Formats: sequence, structure tokens, C-alpha cells
Amino acid sequence: MTELAIAPPHEESLARLVVRRFFKHRLAAIALVVLGLMLLLALGASLSRYTPTEQDPANQFRSPGAGHWFGTDELGRDVFTRILYGGRISLEVGLFSTLLTIVAGVLVGALAGYYRGWLDNVLMRVTDAFLTFPTIFVLIILGSMLRDQPISWLKNSVLVVIVIIAGLSWMWPARLVRSLFLVLRERDFVAASRALGSGDMRIIFGHILPNCIGPILVSGTLQMAAAIITESGLSYLGFGVQPPTASWGSILSTAQTHVFTAPWLAVYPGVMIFITVMAINYIGDGLRDAFDPYVVYSGKKAKA
Amino acid sequence: MSRYALRRFLQAIPILLILSVLLFFMVRAAPGGPLAAAERNPNISREQIELLKKKLGLDQPLPIQYVKWLGGVFQGDLGESIKFHRPVSAMIAERIPNTLLLVGIAFLITLLIALPVGILSARRPYSFFDYCATTLTFIGQSVPVYWLGLALILVFYVNLKNPATGMPLFPSGGMNSVGQEHNLGDLLWHLVLPVTALSAEWAAWYSRFLRSNMLDVMHEDYVRTARAKGLVERVVYYKHALRNAILPLVTLIALDLPSLFAGALFVETIFSWPGMGRLFWDAARGRDYPVLLGVVLIDAVLIVGANILADLLYGVLDPRVSYD
Repeated sequence: MTELAIAPPHEESLARLVVRRFFKHRLAAIALVVLGLMLLLALGASLSRYTPTEQDPANQFRSPGAGHWFGTDELGRDVFTRILYGGRISLEVGLFSTLLTIVAGVLVGALAGYYRGWLDNVLMRVTDAFLTFPTIFVLIILGSMLRDQPISWLKNSVLVVIVIIAGLSWMWPARLVRSLFLVLRERDFVAASRALGSGDMRIIFGHILPNCIGPILVSGTLQMAAAIITESGLSYLGFGVQPPTASWGSILSTAQTHVFTAPWLAVYPGVMIFITVMAINYIGDGLRDAFDPYVVYSGKKAKA
Repeated sequence: MSRYALRRFLQAIPILLILSVLLFFMVRAAPGGPLAAAERNPNISREQIELLKKKLGLDQPLPIQYVKWLGGVFQGDLGESIKFHRPVSAMIAERIPNTLLLVGIAFLITLLIALPVGILSARRPYSFFDYCATTLTFIGQSVPVYWLGLALILVFYVNLKNPATGMPLFPSGGMNSVGQEHNLGDLLWHLVLPVTALSAEWAAWYSRFLRSNMLDVMHEDYVRTARAKGLVERVVYYKHALRNAILPLVTLIALDLPSLFAGALFVETIFSWPGMGRLFWDAARGRDYPVLLGVVLIDAVLIVGANILADLLYGVLDPRVSYD
């Protein structure tokens, strides 16, 4: 019925093709702008008149207004400033835990899928074992365990949260990459490269991996959205980023006790989480369509 | 089939054992510990603390503590809560029905929303209905459950009042009003907000999953065959395609079972619902080791069990799958 959008005859690089197709997805393009704004807000946090931990006992629970756009909290701290700094934490955790997750997952998945045999068996059993971890419970235990142990560099709760989230998420990209490698390793271009004398590492990282970039990017966006929700959730429960460091989740956790006196505390951090996660989800959707050759330019799926 | 089931169960045993070792040492390696408060208290002497440790078995080497604990587990004894001096198994047993009630009802509502929405929006993809449904699922997937809970409290407890009585429209937490322990209406009234918070996210995931399954299935050969036979599109869609699209949903639900309980943890915490999640959260804050271990272990068993169940169920439902 509709023609398939395969790469046009004039040689267009995959990157350019994907970028062009991505921006055809209007919502994804808007989402990219929104995420960019969030990033700018987080980076510009230090331009605020207030600091995130500066207390002002005379100004507790000021409702949102001219001096304090998002009001103040129970210690008189400016909520807008705390949300800007909290954005740094959330985006930092989202970005770095995703990178860590993807790197670990790609390594495990690529080795297992490429070499198969006993290595595949061992790696996949470990992956299965990690998948049976009751994630949220283990995150809480790890979070509570690491926050007051004596080693000083582990006191950095942001770093701890990044590592434990990645430690419990790498299995998903690992499985994905493995299944892609199992198929791609049988393809002719792999045989050709081997015939030319390429080593395993060159085949894995130079030839097969670039062909997996689409699904990996899409799963990366899913992972980043999940990581941001997990971080705020952990901090909300009191086992993530520790006070006085501002994080969207930790602002929410004090909000519940003050829901009558200061309802704005419960509103703004949640809206920020929601907008960020929604933007990331739409970007993922746009990437999925951009990499999918069966989606025609109108942004709709072609009927077979 | 039964041999396959047996093999899966046997395989599950070492996984659970390894898991129990990891969890045990993870929980016990935590600094602070249940006696941290007592140790900081100047009125309690060293000797008294040693005595307490001995009484709780905390003075023995960790591997010995583990073996003792595991021995108890096999006899249904999960140890005794350090804070409440009660058997952990009893504490969990009285919380399980509350969690099951919450999760069960929320799950039922989820299916009642997700099935029709997913099926109808894939019936005419990119129609107005599909567009609205897809947008709503994106919203549902992006709203964190803990914030949704808070927002519901803000709207229906803080702001909206019952015009007749001037009381909040819905309670902010708990299972019953005081003195209304056996009133079903009161219980349902308390269920509304937590169930809404839980179902919103789940319904979004499931309807999206079902929609994309339906769209995939419509490309299959048997759908083309059914059309070629001259069947009405309605029959092709609701009879031939739907059955096949729903299949993976069964696996997804079985695999999701444990994460449903994780979602319940947040909701139980926000709404002070006396379930297992709330129990775990309280235990984590009070470092009540035996309770923590008990809840995690039960959840781990649930996950492993759900995985096996999903595989077996799939074999029963899909004749193309064979086990050997």
C-alpha cells in the first residue's frame, strides 16, 4: 500500500537519515527541546539568588509569590532553587546510571551473544539470577546500608545511588544486545570481515555493535526514564539521596507531612519529574520510529 | 511437560539458595545495626549490650548465623522481630491479606481498563480514540506512583470536601475508620485512592503492550488467511488476532507479579496501608533484620515461582511451544 522508507538512492549517512526522521516526529522534537530546557535550568541553578541549603527561619512556608516563585519549605529554603539543584541530581543520576547500565549490558550481551557456548551459559545464568532480585527491596536495603557506613567516599549518596541503580538494571540491555548479536553474528558481513583477517574485538565492536545502535539507544531512553523515577522514589522513601542535598524525591518526602500548610511542596517537584520523564519517553518513541524502516514519513506505521 | 516442570523447580532451588546467601550477608553487613541506638545510649553498659547480642544470637560468626536462620526458614520460622519481639512469619502472615486485597483489586481495575483500551485503540490505529489513548498511556507511564498518590491526597483529602458533612471526600490513609473495622463500605472508601494510584500506571503499561501486540499480530499469515477466507474484519480481529495478541500478556502478567508488589510498597507507604510493603519500609528504617530478610525472601520466592508459572502457562496456552 504505502512504500517502505528504505534509504533513498542518493547515499545518505545513517546518522543524517535518523536525525531527519526523528524530527518528523513532532512530539519527539518538542520533547527534545523540553529536555534541553530542563538541562539548562539544572546547569543554571547557581544563578539563583538563593542557595539550596540556606535556611531562613523567618520565612518558613511562604506560599509561592514574587520573592519565592515556588514558595519556601519548613526551614525557609527557597523551593525553586532546591528544585533547580534537585534537577541536577536527577539528570545526573539518570544520565550516568544509564551510561553505566548500557556499557555493562553491552559488554555482557556482546560477549555472550558473540562467543556463545559456556561463556554465554555462565553470563546468562548470572543475568537470570540478577533478574530474580526483588529490585525495589534490594535497592532499599542497599540504600539504607550504604548511607551510614564508615568509608568516606561512599558517603556520596549520589554516586551510591547511581551505582546501585545500574547494578540492578544492566540485565535488560544485556539480554537485548545478546539477542541482536546472536542474529548478526551469522550475517555475511561478519564472515567477510573474518575472511579479511579481522580479530574478534574488531568484529564485535567495529562491525556488529554499530548495527545494534538503534535498539540500544531506545532501551537507553527507557532506562533513563526508569532511573529518574527510581532515584526520586528511593529518595522519597528516605533511602536515596540524603538531606540536606536537594533532590526531587527528597523534597516530595517532606511534602507529605506538610500537605495542609504547604501543598506547593507536593506539587512542583512532582511536575518536574513528570515533565522530564515524559520528555524522555517521547524521545525514545521518536528514536524507535526513526530507526524503524517500516515507519513512513508521515510518522505512521506502514500497513503490510 | 511434567518433567520440564520438575526440572524448572529443581533449577530454582540453587538460585534461591544463592539469593538467600546474598541477601543475608547484604542485610547483615549493614553497619549500625539494631543495637546502634542502644550502643549510643550512655545509660546502657557494655555488659548489657553484650548480653543483648548474645540473646539475639548476634555474637556468633555470620556463617553460623546464616545456617541457623536457614534451618529455621525450612521449618517456616523466619526468626523474631528485634523491635516487636514477635515471630516474623506471624507478622508477615497478618500483613499478606491486606497487600493481596489492595493489589488484587487494583489489578482487576487495571485489566478492566487496559484490555478494552488496548484492543480498541489497535482496532483503528491513528484514529482520534487511539491518539487520546496513546497520549494517556504516555502520561500514565511518566507519572511516578508516589507523586500520583500525593497528588490524590492533595486533591481528594485536602481540597475537596464532602458537601453534606464537610469532611474530606476520601481518607488520606489507613484501612478503616476508628470503630469501623468490619464495615465493608468503609473499607472500600479507604481503597479508592490507593487503588487509583496503583492502577493508573499498570493500566498504561498493559494497554500499550496489548496495542502493539495487536498491531504486530495483524501482519501474521493466519490473519491474512482468515481474511482470504472471506471472514468479516470484526471476526478476524476479535477472534483470530485477539487470542494470539493476548497470549504474551499472560506471560507479562506472571513476570510482573513481583513488581506489582513493589508498586504496592510505595502506595502502602504513602497511604499507611498495613501491608507487606509498609512492614518492609518500617523494618528498613528500624533496621529490623529478621523482618527485612523475611519480606525479601518471600518476594524472591514469588519472583522465581512467577517465572516458572509464566513458562508453564505459555506452554499450556500456545501449542507451538514444546518442552524438551
